[in-house]
Amino acid sequence: MSITTKDVEHVARLARLNLTQEEKETFTEQLNSILQYAEKLNELNTEDVEATTHVLHLSNVMREDVVKESLPSEKVFLNAPDEEDGQFKVPAVLE
Amino acid sequence: MSLFDLRLQEIHNKLHAKELSVTDLVGEAFAAIGERDERIQAYLTLDEAGARAAAARLDNKLVSGEEKGLLFGLPVGIKDNMVTEGLRTTCASQFLSNYNPIYDATSVLKLKQADSVTIGKLNMDEFAMGGSNENSSFQPTRNPWDLSRVPGGSSGGSAAAVAAGEAYFTLGSDTGGSIRQPASYCGVVGLKPTYGRVSRYGLVAFASSLDQIGPVTKNVEDAAYVLQAIAGYDSKDSTSANVEVADYISALTGDIKGLRIAVPKEYLEGIDPKVKETVLEALRVLESLGAVWEEVSLPHTEYAVAAYYLLASSEASSNLSRFDGVRYGVRADHAGNLLDLYHESRSQGFGPEVKRRIMLGTYALSSGYYDAYYLKAQKVRTLIKRDFDQTFEKYDVIIGPTAPTTAFPLGSQVDDPLTMYLNDILTIPVSLAGVPALSVPCGFADGLPVGLQIIGKAFDESTILRTAHAYEVHTEHHKKRPVL
Amino acid sequence: MSTSKYETVIGLEVHVELHTKSKIFCGCSTEFGAPPNTHTCPVCLGHPGVLPVLNRQAVDYAIKAAMALNCEIGDVSKFDRKNYFYPDSPKAYQISQFDQPIALNGYIDIEVNGTTKRIGITRLHLEEDAGKLTHVDGGYASLVDFNRVGTPLIEIVSEPEISSPEEARAYLEKMRAIMQYCDVSDVKMEEGSLRCDANISLRPHGQKELGTKAELKNMNSFRGVQRGLEYEQFRQAEALDEGEAIVQETRRWDEAQGKTLSMRGKEQAHDYRYFPDPDLVKIYIDQDWKDRIRATIPELPDARKARYTTELGLPSYDAGVITSSKPVADLFEESLKYTSDAKSVANWIMGDLLGHLNSTGQELSEVKLTGQGLGEMIGLIEKGTISSKIAKTVFKEMLSSGKLPQVIVEEQGLVQISDEGAILAIVNEVVAENPASVEDYKAGKDKAIGFLVGQVMKRSKGKANPGLVNKLLVDVLKS
Repeated sequence: MSITTKDVEHVARLARLNLTQEEKETFTEQLNSILQYAEKLNELNTEDVEATTHVLHLSNVMREDVVKESLPSEKVFLNAPDEEDGQFKVPAVLE
Repeated sequence: MSLFDLRLQEIHNKLHAKELSVTDLVGEAFAAIGERDERIQAYLTLDEAGARAAAARLDNKLVSGEEKGLLFGLPVGIKDNMVTEGLRTTCASQFLSNYNPIYDATSVLKLKQADSVTIGKLNMDEFAMGGSNENSSFQPTRNPWDLSRVPGGSSGGSAAAVAAGEAYFTLGSDTGGSIRQPASYCGVVGLKPTYGRVSRYGLVAFASSLDQIGPVTKNVEDAAYVLQAIAGYDSKDSTSANVEVADYISALTGDIKGLRIAVPKEYLEGIDPKVKETVLEALRVLESLGAVWEEVSLPHTEYAVAAYYLLASSEASSNLSRFDGVRYGVRADHAGNLLDLYHESRSQGFGPEVKRRIMLGTYALSSGYYDAYYLKAQKVRTLIKRDFDQTFEKYDVIIGPTAPTTAFPLGSQVDDPLTMYLNDILTIPVSLAGVPALSVPCGFADGLPVGLQIIGKAFDESTILRTAHAYEVHTEHHKKRPVL
Repeated sequence: MSTSKYETVIGLEVHVELHTKSKIFCGCSTEFGAPPNTHTCPVCLGHPGVLPVLNRQAVDYAIKAAMALNCEIGDVSKFDRKNYFYPDSPKAYQISQFDQPIALNGYIDIEVNGTTKRIGITRLHLEEDAGKLTHVDGGYASLVDFNRVGTPLIEIVSEPEISSPEEARAYLEKMRAIMQYCDVSDVKMEEGSLRCDANISLRPHGQKELGTKAELKNMNSFRGVQRGLEYEQFRQAEALDEGEAIVQETRRWDEAQGKTLSMRGKEQAHDYRYFPDPDLVKIYIDQDWKDRIRATIPELPDARKARYTTELGLPSYDAGVITSSKPVADLFEESLKYTSDAKSVANWIMGDLLGHLNSTGQELSEVKLTGQGLGEMIGLIEKGTISSKIAKTVFKEMLSSGKLPQVIVEEQGLVQISDEGAILAIVNEVVAENPASVEDYKAGKDKAIGFLVGQVMKRSKGKANPGLVNKLLVDVLKS
């Protein structure tokens, strides 16, 4: 599998990144070399191998349904880039 | 000689004898920082006022005779990816350059409960992605042993600060070697606990299935104290283990007679010959203390780096999506619509390595490639873990070098991500297996520190600490200090 | 142009908010209607470093709901991240379930035009709700409220086995009833605790492969679901008749305009990049757990309906209407503790009660009528204490004050006059004052008696026993 600049553009859109032409070219080259290196994994037969999501075999970790105090609004908005009427403000979803 | 060359017990004795105050200790930290940090560049944010106030409080405790925490009075620097309420936390990223956390990480709370004093926040590779600290968007930290070289990473600030005497101890985080490799490069002790041993709550996630917080100290005994203070189950972290915390301090018996050591042949292949010789010499010391070692094979070692970069980048691509400029962080100016806001804020806020890994991870998870990359890597992770499980059936610890080389010159690898990734080849398999490991100084190669990596069974931090401690008390390497 | 040329295929995706006290992954309250962002914390705001911890009650409710929908409960369930950027999603991923949902393969039975039809349920999974956006500045900006973020949701996906907008509505109403009976959700469409998206496509009768579908959103009421689908069915049929291709797209139901509008352009190419959430661990649901939940499932609407028809002899239609809402069915049963006349209770509920709720838009919980009141009122009618007509007055009073009928009757002096002497006096007066009607009656116009009865009732202020009035009038006229 080899990545094209078009793939890089698509992935950048999914990841919400703007890339300069130069970045696109560099990333295309670098991602290709990394993925080529990753091809190594195909030397291994993993057909009957279970995937590891967690190294610890923990299960059923749950909490009781108890309400805890929420944050005061000065903390909620302490880092807010833009705020109005107790809400976070963002530009509209326009294309 | 710095006050920080004293062991924790010695400091506590002096505090009790009123030969020393917490204010003195904090003063020592800021004096060292004032004198050297311009050259080392370990700190991103300092909290001198907060630290001096805390010192005064603790000194009162000393007078009143109140009960004192395990890390009483010790000045600590915290890697800048652990959130500290009210103290700027940036992850060395422009995106979070103005971020003022609204809560404390569990480890930070535990340090407070143990009565240590937070000095400031330490430099790192941006979002912990990197092995040299050159990916910090603010400054490169320098290796105290040679200012032209990197301190390693991503916890480079944490290791350099301890080596330079700018903190008594520090906390780092390790995803694929980020505590151990800089500890090795900087000649200090760095411990990555078992995955799940220390709460991740408040550690800004890079790769959630791998990240662990651990101590960086000048000696093994102090590492045991710090681990004692921060280890334990946390109901805020579903992946933290509800396993009893051992008494790490009393585990340091000095006795390793009969200890069975496995030395993976793969860990001695293709590494710097001087590093290899130093490690073999360390094994001879351990042997002289009654341990026995044998060469073994961890056959899947060569696949670890590839599996790791796919898994860690995939998780990172998702973990870093929350940095969107809506609720916190630096929002790009003049974004006319939401898509522009996302694209501009993220593109301006993230550095090249972070973007590269987000791109790699997004690609690996994207439609049509998931099975070939992400799932495949998870399966290879299983094989790597099995290597360790099988070895630990017969051996108590696995030992090898921490890194294939000593610290490399700044700027020498920045253009070659793959080579940079391969620096972690000896630490990554351990992270994938989730088992604990520490790096302890074991000598020098051309004047630069070499680290010995001691790997243990899951939740058996006691044995690796005991082994490292036994080695340390019979050697002098850890007492050497860089000339600054 | 006609829709009858085509077969309609509908699949519904229903979201039900579970009414836990706290959110699914943090301790913030799930209470509806609080001031914006007052039920938030670092976890649900997606601050750096936070981690989710699963609310056990949310899992219990999801299992309960799944069992009530006849699903198979998985032995192992896990959470996955669904990655997408939107301001209402603080982490830019939603914690959801991909390939190991809580449950699979269920069904519910719906009844349309007297026929019962089984609709398959593909899967039921647990996930977190998103926040709320409000558009301001003439549409150039949005405000985000994160109170709702992290409210536990179950998503229930039906098989594409629904064949008409009417069936879709019946399915959704049945879904609401089942969730209400299980007591896992408030299921209020107007508050968003029950939401529904639909996939709809048309194909010529006999064609095997499905036509191109549209995904329909923003249908915020039962009526909206039916109307939206009716419109879309019509639109697609018209397009097909014109030989146009249906575009696969998301369309928004616009209630005010009464039409569906394309949301094209607002859609990015979706690639959700699902992967197992490394912050959460697997859930193993063993037999004990399943048994424990199964034991909490109450009698469900279908079972109740069957009981009402077989044991109480209610017509199937009545039983269906009454059991479609749990509070109504509960009121019905409560009433039967005070009267044995089930049909009469059913009539009052279906006529006066539901009529009142429909016309005022109120919920049953907002009126004060009790089962005891309704049951005792029917008892008073049976005993002849009040007439059916007076009962209407009593009923209205019970709706607003909740007082028992005996009290209302006494306070307002509504007791029926059954004293023959008193009624006879009024009858005589009325007969004397209306000679024309008396003549008509005597001339064989039986209808004239109706007018005279009416006059007597009017003069008695409605309190005269109508049966007695009739009897005494006939007696007087014939004498």
